[in-house]
Amino acid sequence: MCQSCTNTLLDNLIRHGHLIEMGVDGLYGRSGQFEDVVSRFDDLITRWGGGDGPEVMRFPPAMNRVHFEKSGYLKGFPHLAGTVHSFAGNERDHAELLDNVANGKDWTGWQKPTDVVLTPAACYVLYPVVAKRGALSEKGGLFDLQSYCFRHEPSKEPTRMQLFRMREYVRFGTPAQGTDFRALWLERGQKMMAELGVPIDVDVANDPFFGRAGRMLANNQRDQQLKFELLIPINDGAGPTACLSFNYHQDHFGSTWGIRTPDGEIAHTACVGFGMERVALALFKHHGMDPEKWPKAVRKALWG
Amino acid sequence: MKAKIREILAKHGRLPVAIDTLGDTDDLHAAGLTSFASVELMMALEEAFDIEYPDRMMNRRNFASVAAIEGALEKIQQDMAA
Repeated sequence: MCQSCTNTLLDNLIRHGHLIEMGVDGLYGRSGQFEDVVSRFDDLITRWGGGDGPEVMRFPPAMNRVHFEKSGYLKGFPHLAGTVHSFAGNERDHAELLDNVANGKDWTGWQKPTDVVLTPAACYVLYPVVAKRGALSEKGGLFDLQSYCFRHEPSKEPTRMQLFRMREYVRFGTPAQGTDFRALWLERGQKMMAELGVPIDVDVANDPFFGRAGRMLANNQRDQQLKFELLIPINDGAGPTACLSFNYHQDHFGSTWGIRTPDGEIAHTACVGFGMERVALALFKHHGMDPEKWPKAVRKALWG
Repeated sequence: MKAKIREILAKHGRLPVAIDTLGDTDDLHAAGLTSFASVELMMALEEAFDIEYPDRMMNRRNFASVAAIEGALEKIQQDMAA
């Protein structure tokens, strides 16, 4: 046996062709089987959540830079954001750029920010869309989203990809509508994941806010129990990975975007997020590299 | 100390109400102090009082009122002097 070969989950996934290396940590292609698992899980989510009658929307994996700036993402996560830049020079600059590329020198000086920022979480695109519609109805709002998301956190852990898909249900309404929605999904999410035969645990959590100030935000988030995660052990020798998250934003997005309930109060929001690749990885980790050989009950839950 | 805290709250607290309308023990979170504003407040207090909040002091309780802020600042100053 090859002495230098390692046998981490990432190695196994690459060896079996489920993840395809692209030369950057956290950036991978996916095999047909891997994509099939993601699609089946997507359908499973719909079977559990579609009956609530959400409005389905799909967006490209990028958002309006002005909306991104207004969202407040830079306050908490400047280190994770990915902004799209493009060449903004003249023909002489272009020649210099090519010269620098050829000589291995920095060529990015002529790159200027465009109007586009990579989507950091599926729901960030939604708030300005809902705000533009005016006040919510008595029923509030419920939306179904799925998008590739970008976070700049290169890692050897396959669960920490830089570009990954996030499915979300997002609820808008009164504080009670927000907390009821989260309570519903905290319970429903565990029942749904139990069908997949993987070990799960639910715990209070915090977002990875930046810097010292971020520790204060994280402590506040935990104190108020605003975020819960459904965790599954996936990575070798590391703590479990958050695969679903259940978030109550209070009036954070409602006040940022001026979204109101019919009686004029600032709307509260909540969301449940599903890490599509992470759940697929959990299935490969616990049931093996060949989905054909996964336990019958798991196959039935996913393929029917 | 309370007067200085109130001055910093007025500048960095982004409260929807005037700080003068709140008593020393009134709940600042209920009055509209957001998480992000409390971070700005903490940084301004650190600069004004030349202190650094340790991790365990970074929580909502220590920013819950003018009196709570004062209590936390005194505790941090004592710990730094010790």
